[in-house]
Amino acid sequence: MKTLIFLLEKEFRQILRNKGIVRMLIIAPVIQLILLPLAADYSVKNISIAVVDNDHSTASQRLIGKITSSGYFKLTGYTGSYKAALSMVEQDRADLVLQIPAHFERDLVRENTQKLYVAINAIEGTKANLGGAYLSSIVQDYNQEIRQDWHTSATVSIQDAPQISIASSNWYNPFMNFHLYIVPAILVTLVTAMASMQTAFNIVQEKESGTIEQINVTPIKKYIFITGKMIPFLVLGIIIFSLGLLVGWIFYGIVPVGNLGVMYLSLVDYLFAMLGLGLLLATYSGTQMQAMSLSFFFINIFNMMSGAFTAVDSMPGWAQAIVQTFPPSHFIKIMRMVVLKGSGLSDITYELGAMFVIGLVLNTWAILNYRKTA
Amino acid sequence: MISLSNIKKTYPGGTGRKTDGQVKALNGISFNVDKGELFGLIGPDGAGKTSLFRTLTTLILPDEGEATVDNYDIRKDYQQIRNRVGYMPGRFSLYQDLTVEENLNFFATVFGTTIKENYDLIKDIYQQIEPFKDRRAGKLSGGMKQKLALSCALIHKPSVLFLDEPTTGVDVVSRKEFWAMLKKLRQEGITILVSTPYMDEANLCDRIALIQKGDILSIDKPDNIVRSFPGQLYAVHASDTHRLLQDVRSFPGTATCFAFGDSLHVTFKDAPSGSNAPSGAATGSPGEPQALLQYLQARNHPDATVEKTGPTIEDCFIHLLKN
Repeated sequence: MKTLIFLLEKEFRQILRNKGIVRMLIIAPVIQLILLPLAADYSVKNISIAVVDNDHSTASQRLIGKITSSGYFKLTGYTGSYKAALSMVEQDRADLVLQIPAHFERDLVRENTQKLYVAINAIEGTKANLGGAYLSSIVQDYNQEIRQDWHTSATVSIQDAPQISIASSNWYNPFMNFHLYIVPAILVTLVTAMASMQTAFNIVQEKESGTIEQINVTPIKKYIFITGKMIPFLVLGIIIFSLGLLVGWIFYGIVPVGNLGVMYLSLVDYLFAMLGLGLLLATYSGTQMQAMSLSFFFINIFNMMSGAFTAVDSMPGWAQAIVQTFPPSHFIKIMRMVVLKGSGLSDITYELGAMFVIGLVLNTWAILNYRKTA
Repeated sequence: MISLSNIKKTYPGGTGRKTDGQVKALNGISFNVDKGELFGLIGPDGAGKTSLFRTLTTLILPDEGEATVDNYDIRKDYQQIRNRVGYMPGRFSLYQDLTVEENLNFFATVFGTTIKENYDLIKDIYQQIEPFKDRRAGKLSGGMKQKLALSCALIHKPSVLFLDEPTTGVDVVSRKEFWAMLKKLRQEGITILVSTPYMDEANLCDRIALIQKGDILSIDKPDNIVRSFPGQLYAVHASDTHRLLQDVRSFPGTATCFAFGDSLHVTFKDAPSGSNAPSGAATGSPGEPQALLQYLQARNHPDATVEKTGPTIEDCFIHLLKN
């Protein structure tokens, strides 16, 4: 115990003495947490639309007015030929082409039905998908309005005809505030990068400088040495996490609905697993360069696959199975549940257990491998 | 105190493939070091000195063979050994970002002791670096780093001290001081195993082992090793040393010829018509030195001299390598 305390004293002294690292560890996450949620926004705005109006009627004018007033679209072209509109797409001046056929109003009145043609530039998948969806919902709205207009002016009886309307409400995030969704996830990715990378680098640095050999010929027990390495980064992880919560509150007004105690308990569980990963990477790397490449590989995969930016549920089955072994995927889930929904311990038992088991496996593996190599 | 019997260690080949040339670092090493002895391992780079140190300090396990340090087995009792030995690796491996005092304090605490408790042992060495005790270890000069490393290796009063090339890259004055310190430590009853690539340091040891490519060539007191040099050695001197070397080597009676400082060390072949010299040893026939002198003068070395000289450890080492 005395040795452990002394080891910790030494570790903290070394970490705090390295001004560059301290600055990086504190300032970098804060800047990233302020910038990333502003930039990485899923709601698509400013979709350029080119309208090919072959009708020039009040009905077509009304439709165009409705589209531009929605706030999502920017009318960048108004032409009479589809060809001209398509060339705008080619020049990247329009993402969408809406073609209103000739006699749009006349046929709409006469035959009670009309067709609109929409062409979408699908190079940017998300923009195309969302743009198309927005547009079709606007057209549907327009359709409803026109019908209602006619019905009130013509016969009253049709208004009694049964209609199915779907009303949806978004629970826990009623205004679909994207920041609520992304800030906890980004916070997790920042803690992830710090925990696994810094632990790995720190240990490999001792390998590189030969100090680990000097330690190995002393009576220090291996588990004490390893514990002495993990605790400082556990503390750093908690500090960074707390800073992140503060930034979320100050800049995005996110106040966790759930219990802070539950959140920090999950954090410690999570860090246990991620520090274990860092330790394991360190046992497999001889130089900081190797440790860097290895942890970069893992962190990239974690960031893209753990549900921070894309939903895990929409991944193929094999990918979902793999994601189950990623500690960040569990912690991101916990964070969202606790921050947004206020979930308690009983709601996140599975995730907590999964992280603990993963942590146990990683740490045992690391210690076994450490013994073999040193 | 230290005893090794038939220690073997092989490393996998450089490319990591199993079939590639494995490196035999230790090829069945056996020797004993007595308590309080200053024992030197002398050999060139790659001879296996560091592998031997790493084996004895329980950092690596040998493939074969038995070894004990302070009567503890290196396989079973590694914990006891780690409590009892001090190890100073060839490369400076203390914490460069901690100060001199913090490093010393750290290693004292790790061994469950304090600087105060064993201050007497390190006093002579530590006093020289104490003025810089608040300086970070990484900012020390080479000689001071060695002194700090030695202090750290001694702070827990080890019974055996392992020093792997402690004077490599250290200036001549510091080297002299360092060896003087080792003599003092030996008087304290500490057994010291030290390796060095410098032959001149060999004479300062009680006993030395000449080691080459994982094999021990000879173990004895430095005097005895020098005495066992067979035959007579001659020092040949002339102003144009480079041309002299070629000319001496081309002389038919020359057995061996090596540059040694600003002169050449030469042994002569046995006279073709039966001398009584023991077989294998190049005693040289008595007439050869004179013949060589004439040979050299004929080849435009007017200032050439050929004189008898006593062999050094280096001569013995080269001789052993040749056979």
